[in-house]
Amino acid sequence: MKGTHLGEFEELVLLTIASLLDNAYSVAICDELTKHADRTVKLGVVHAVLNRLEEKGLVKSELGEATATRGGKRKRFYLITGAGKASLIRSKAIRDELWQKIPNFTLNRI
Amino acid sequence: MKKKTPQPPKWATRFLTTYCRPELLEDLQGDLNEYFDRNLRNRGAFIARLIYIIDVLKFLRSYVVRRPSVTNPFNNTFMLSSYIKTSGRSILRSRLFSGINIIGLAVSMSIGLLVIAILSDLFSYDSTLKNKDRIYRVVSNLEWPAHQPMKLASTSWKGGTLIHEEVPAVESMTILRNNFGGDARTGDNTVPVKGFYADNGFFDVFGFPFISGVPSTALKQPHSLVLTQVTAQKLFGQADPIGKTVTFDSTLYTVTGVLQDLPKLSHLHFEALASLSSINTSNTTTDGGYMDWNNCFSNYVYVLLKKNSKPSSFTTALGKINTRENDPAANSKVLLSSQPLKDIPMGSRMANEIGAVFPLALVYVIAGLALVILLSACFNYTNLSIARSLRRSREVGIRKVMGANRSQVVGQFIVESIILSLISLVCAFFIFLVLRGQFLSFHEFLQSAFSLQLTPRVILYFISLAMAVGIIAGVLPAIFYAKINAIQVLKNASSLKVFRHVSFRKALVVVQYTLSLIFITTTVIGYNQYKGFIRFDLGFKTENILNIRLQGNKDEVLAGKLAGLPAVNGISRSLMVSSLGSFYGTDMKYNNPADSAGVAQNFVDGNYLQLHQYSFLAGHNFTASPKNAPETEIIVNEQLIRRFNIGKGNPQKAIGERVSIDNKKLTIVGVLRDFHYGTLDSKIDPTAIRYSVSPNGYLNVKLNMANLPATMTSIATFWKELDKVHPLDAKFYDAQIEEAYSQYAVMLKVIGFIALMAICISSLGLFGMVIYTMEKRVKEVSIRKVLGASEGLLVYLLSRSFLFLLMIAALIALPLTWLFFDRVILPRFVYHQPIGFGEMLIGLFFVGGIAFIMIGIQTLKIVRANPARILKNE
Repeated sequence: MKGTHLGEFEELVLLTIASLLDNAYSVAICDELTKHADRTVKLGVVHAVLNRLEEKGLVKSELGEATATRGGKRKRFYLITGAGKASLIRSKAIRDELWQKIPNFTLNRI
Repeated sequence: MKKKTPQPPKWATRFLTTYCRPELLEDLQGDLNEYFDRNLRNRGAFIARLIYIIDVLKFLRSYVVRRPSVTNPFNNTFMLSSYIKTSGRSILRSRLFSGINIIGLAVSMSIGLLVIAILSDLFSYDSTLKNKDRIYRVVSNLEWPAHQPMKLASTSWKGGTLIHEEVPAVESMTILRNNFGGDARTGDNTVPVKGFYADNGFFDVFGFPFISGVPSTALKQPHSLVLTQVTAQKLFGQADPIGKTVTFDSTLYTVTGVLQDLPKLSHLHFEALASLSSINTSNTTTDGGYMDWNNCFSNYVYVLLKKNSKPSSFTTALGKINTRENDPAANSKVLLSSQPLKDIPMGSRMANEIGAVFPLALVYVIAGLALVILLSACFNYTNLSIARSLRRSREVGIRKVMGANRSQVVGQFIVESIILSLISLVCAFFIFLVLRGQFLSFHEFLQSAFSLQLTPRVILYFISLAMAVGIIAGVLPAIFYAKINAIQVLKNASSLKVFRHVSFRKALVVVQYTLSLIFITTTVIGYNQYKGFIRFDLGFKTENILNIRLQGNKDEVLAGKLAGLPAVNGISRSLMVSSLGSFYGTDMKYNNPADSAGVAQNFVDGNYLQLHQYSFLAGHNFTASPKNAPETEIIVNEQLIRRFNIGKGNPQKAIGERVSIDNKKLTIVGVLRDFHYGTLDSKIDPTAIRYSVSPNGYLNVKLNMANLPATMTSIATFWKELDKVHPLDAKFYDAQIEEAYSQYAVMLKVIGFIALMAICISSLGLFGMVIYTMEKRVKEVSIRKVLGASEGLLVYLLSRSFLFLLMIAALIALPLTWLFFDRVILPRFVYHQPIGFGEMLIGLFFVGGIAFIMIGIQTLKIVRANPARILKNE
């Protein structure tokens, strides 16, 4: 199994879910990503990733209350699971470790 | 007022709902809505909708799309037995409904069966031939100046020979030439035989199986003869015919082979084949020399193409021969082309056709008509089933509550309609058996061209037809019931919207009734006219007169014997039997040598006019004269003296005048009251009766009808003694007249049957409407009854609208039919009866009666119901 390995975009989405706390549903995730990552994120792509993350057991989801704003349709809220947290921490650890190996890393003007 | 806010396109939402997994659907829809609102605010309605649609399409990913639900395949099989059981119960429960549907479907299905049998026959023509796919017939197109080009099934002998010599794709070829036949004599046995001249390639091409003889040499030698089994038995009995001789006229033929009898469904029919080499080709025929390229009227050429050779290469080769052989200077041109064997029975019309041909257009028309009839029957079934929905929807509601899903409800109703249509098939089959007999007896041609046998294949087609009818008729009700909302139905069944287009349905009923009325009135009027034709006063009497065709035999012997019979009241002789449509004419002149006119004539003996009770206006019968005395007298009708203005049209003064006819001067000795020499569709023409002691056409025997069978037996015995070869041809005059109009009888039968079918179909359509309306209004009726309405008033109230529809139909149909007969049909018959007012109404009474009974039974049922029982459920 591909298991807990995280792709780049998956990692971003997972982080966003974690940062949004209780308000992590598809549209909010999309907006947040657009704001921070400074790139256009398509709803379809986010849904696909959310679906994959849920399959991997990194997030879980439940339906919220009905609101008037979405034509009476309920939102599906995502929550990061323990496994999700673990894989985020692991991937951060890997990065940090690698970062530390670089002695002097600055952006030199060319 | 607030403007309605723009909504996302409905179809896109519906599309999403159809493909999306239910568990994902709500969230996705919500997201799309949110985005739509946002886009609406920022970028306008159009862009918002566009993005919505694009997003819906983009969601179409593998993880979103619904998986087809996998059910246990055995489940359906188990359910099938349940479907069948419950369908049986439901059919039995509503006997009236089922009965009416079965009748309606059966009547129209019987037509379908007949058409299937006909088509199956047409497609199995020549199907027993081994090489049927490689056999082609060479046909000719004759072009000559100032004429339409003529398509001929026949070809020139030369064409056949050239094809055989030059075209490499041809494996073998045969030339048939018609006009072989006559009375075949073997010793003391004489049998009339018909057939073809054929060369030896015949058996290579067609491969008809031999019983005895050698196919490769059977038709090689001149004056060889190959017989079919039946003919061989007629000629030689049980003896082996090989090597025996048969005489035609004065030519001796030797039998070299016996073929198995030909299948009935073969476009070729013959009793014997003589070798083509028997013909002396150095002679000439009326159409030119035997070997002339343009002599393309009596020969048929068939080729067997080699395996794997292309038909197109054969066509090209024929084209080459055409260009070379047709002399550009010649007046007429013959262009050969090929026709596959399987196209012959349903090919285009050609002159000189060798066997029966059915134009393809006719086949399409017949099949189309049957299809229309079947579809309208299906439509009626659909209508009736949905009309009953008020009753059955509760059942469906409960099924659904118990866990039936849509497909199971659909299955239930489809099975029910299939079972019903299979039952109809059984009824239709019996109707088909009757129809088949009728159809074949319409015309001798049909009898010879069709067998309409019930082969397993045909039976299989029948069953498939019934299944198809069941499915087509049942699919709409099934879907309708499957869509029913269980809760709604169980709460209040009458809230169902069943018929949306009521006025359309009413119009349909009117159309159906108009057609039925037109057909049935046509049948009634036509029947009366037909009866009028065969009972018409022709100006002479035909009762109890037996016309015996002499067929070349001498009349004296037979007449002498017949005169001895006690039942024979009188004998006369005539050249022909008049009033049957045949005509024998000549030219006549009176005083003015430049004025000649065609007159109809008949040669009779001295007894003829008396025996047939012709009435004389003036003069007398022929004076008897000896056999070889020159002809001197003539008897004419009123029209003739008026035409030539003989004696200023006065019969008395015409007596003794002389007319010239066939270069003879004849004296008028009698003038007859006008009588019908032709059929009733032609005017009475100038007619002359001429004298001959023995005209050698017919004996007219006036019989005493008491003990007719014995009389007929003795006549048959006398005939046998006189002529051993030809069977007796004796018919009563009245029967012959009936026969002369038999085409009209056939037409009446067909129209009558269509009328019956139209009535069945339209009655069913009306019935559906009635049932539906009654079920809708049952509460209204109950309340009216409680409030004191009388039964009669209620029946009137309920049936009023339907009777109104019938009235409209009658007002359209009856004047139309009357006009049709008065302006189109009857003017063709110079002598016809007026259309009675009564016969116009018979059809209306019949159709109206059926409708009235139908409406009456249904309304009475509701009116008689106890209102308390109906209203207490409210």
